[in-house]
Amino acid sequence: MSTFLGIPGLRKTQPAHDPNILPGTAPIPDEPLRWGQDFPHAAREALKNEQMRRNLGHATATIRAKRAQVVGEAPDWEDLRDTGSQLKINTLAALPALLEQFETNFTARGGTVHWARDAQEANEIVTALIKATGETEVVKVKSMATQEIGLNEYLAEHDIAAYETDLAELIVQLGEDMPSHILVPAIHRNRAEIKDIFLRRMEHTPEGMTDAPRELAMAAREHLRKKFLAAKVAISGANFAAADTGTLTVVESEGNGRMCLTLPETLITVMGIEKIIPSFTDLEVFMQLLPRSSTGERMNPYTSLWTGVTPGDGPQNVHIVLVDAGRTKALADDVGRAALKCIRCSACLNVCPVYERVGGHAYGSVYPGPIGAILTPQLTGSTGHSDPNNSLPFASSLCGACFDACPVKIDIPSLLVHLRARVVDEDKAAHRPTGWGAAMSAASYVMADSKRFALAEKGTGALRALAGKKGYVAKLPFPANGWTQSRDLPAPPKETFRQWWDRTHPQDSDPATQNNGDNNE
Amino acid sequence: MSEARAEILNRIALALDGVPSAVASMPGAERPQEVPRAYRADSEVATGSAQALEILVDRLVDYRAVVHRAASECDIAGVVAEVLSDAGSLVYPDGLDPAWLSKLPASVVTHEDSLTAPLGVMELDAIDAVLTACRVAVADTGTIILDGQPDQGRRAITLVPDTHVCVVYAQQVVHLLPQAITQLALHPTRPQTWIAGPSATSDIELNRVEGVHGPRNLHVIIVGG
Repeated sequence: MSTFLGIPGLRKTQPAHDPNILPGTAPIPDEPLRWGQDFPHAAREALKNEQMRRNLGHATATIRAKRAQVVGEAPDWEDLRDTGSQLKINTLAALPALLEQFETNFTARGGTVHWARDAQEANEIVTALIKATGETEVVKVKSMATQEIGLNEYLAEHDIAAYETDLAELIVQLGEDMPSHILVPAIHRNRAEIKDIFLRRMEHTPEGMTDAPRELAMAAREHLRKKFLAAKVAISGANFAAADTGTLTVVESEGNGRMCLTLPETLITVMGIEKIIPSFTDLEVFMQLLPRSSTGERMNPYTSLWTGVTPGDGPQNVHIVLVDAGRTKALADDVGRAALKCIRCSACLNVCPVYERVGGHAYGSVYPGPIGAILTPQLTGSTGHSDPNNSLPFASSLCGACFDACPVKIDIPSLLVHLRARVVDEDKAAHRPTGWGAAMSAASYVMADSKRFALAEKGTGALRALAGKKGYVAKLPFPANGWTQSRDLPAPPKETFRQWWDRTHPQDSDPATQNNGDNNE
Repeated sequence: MSEARAEILNRIALALDGVPSAVASMPGAERPQEVPRAYRADSEVATGSAQALEILVDRLVDYRAVVHRAASECDIAGVVAEVLSDAGSLVYPDGLDPAWLSKLPASVVTHEDSLTAPLGVMELDAIDAVLTACRVAVADTGTIILDGQPDQGRRAITLVPDTHVCVVYAQQVVHLLPQAITQLALHPTRPQTWIAGPSATSDIELNRVEGVHGPRNLHVIIVGG
């Protein structure tokens, strides 16, 4: 097992050569927001999985094209983004009042509101609510909040079986895997692997089932139908909660959401406190932004809205658990809090060159990709220098594609830089010498004096020798090897600027003097 | 529980105060201000116009819904009978216009469902099709919206049977989503189901496959226009 600065990786070891576990499976961790190695090590491992890289390349290219088309169709797309962004900013600034308003309205319509400070408390509340019904099985709509708190594992420990009903979540659950994408948790699997998982883990797969997506979807339908029709308790997340009416919204495609939200007697919704929106009518903005950004559709097939209990229609025992679990920590950073604007569309994952190559598991969190890199470390906070989540803000080339794609204009690149600075400042505050700090001190010593700089430039000739014919250095010798750990160093040019100047301006050999002369005129 | 509530609200208040935050007043922090609303709230495409219907039909067909036209109110029953001729059984909400069922062949067994006399889930599962009205339809996004009124019924009846036949009047077809929201906001607490095509999934290699758990067949009958 590889280590991170002496701390063993947290990832559970896989049983060696278990034929039932596909390559690229991430075992269920103890902490859904902090597992595996730090990003550089996890990424290096992930890059070895060529099958996964092909799957991701294909899937993200498909979704990028679809998104571009439907976004291009909306002439007011940028106006919608501006509105969505400001609505979310205002929501975060007025959060206590909006939460209380939501609570009043949801309660007035016969719903019950619960509050959970952390994952443990949320899991306890949900478990107690299920136990009160006497049921031992529940059906689930895909929900990031319940992934984040590790609800399924907690319920299993308390003898409650939770069945994921979203097709991708089902694939992940049957494969005893972790999600690798916010919207399409099984995006790292192709049809052949999915067929393989179904054949191994699903009871009664249709005879002669091929890997055609349609046949796989039908197998899932058959598998889950009985569960839906018999379920007495369902658990969901929520995409939006309107404060002024107490209305909850779930956006989905397959109808599994409608099944869970409509047929059972008891419905328990788990939602992060940042999912509030001020007004019901704001759905006219978010319900244009979300489907186009997530699945690249003008509208997702099904959206369900409910406000507490409707007598005679749908569940009559309706609960919501409002979860903090680190959100107030993120809120306390008035730059970092912008990550809480996220509506979980996953557009930033699909356009990210880093995500596309390493996949979601490398981020060691149920929130992968660019948004995960800024959200995860803020939700968990840092446990200190060797916290693998400290490496997440560095998991980016800062190309900016995520900012352009974000429907609520989260400036992810700036937030990454902000969070990097936080990590560096923490190290500085702890007077911890770092390679980075040492390199910067050395650079500032060299650059402060033109003679020292000239001398250093001459030394770059050695790098040319190291680069050789390929024109770049893939691996610098110690102690500079940290720089080339995740990037190549281009070979320095044959001639430095100063050498060129001396050669072409023999009568005026100091460029600094020349510049000063110009400025004085 | 109320202890958690008080603590969370207190944590938020502290966080928003910018209290002991090393990064308070960092440049780049976003501030609350008046929400800009320059997006299209209204449209030059008139509600119920031929153009609005054309856009709606284009979207519905794209989603693999089957579109039928009824020239007027009195043609609905004929189109319904044609669409449902092969159905063995049909459920309809108690507030549905009974005239719509008047031309159904005798082979179609009909079941009425209501809030006070609801069919069980297993009964619904044995029924082939459901016929309902709708509240409003959005052409731009190809979305039909039901809000649980007596001509649309309980949410379960449009979910469990495998075929949903929905009648949409031309005058109900608005161009843009905000126009529909204006209507829905009159009764925001009604349970709503927004439908854009039959059940689908994009979970396998991000390609859309129609027909998973919801009705695998969606027929839309557009009346007038």
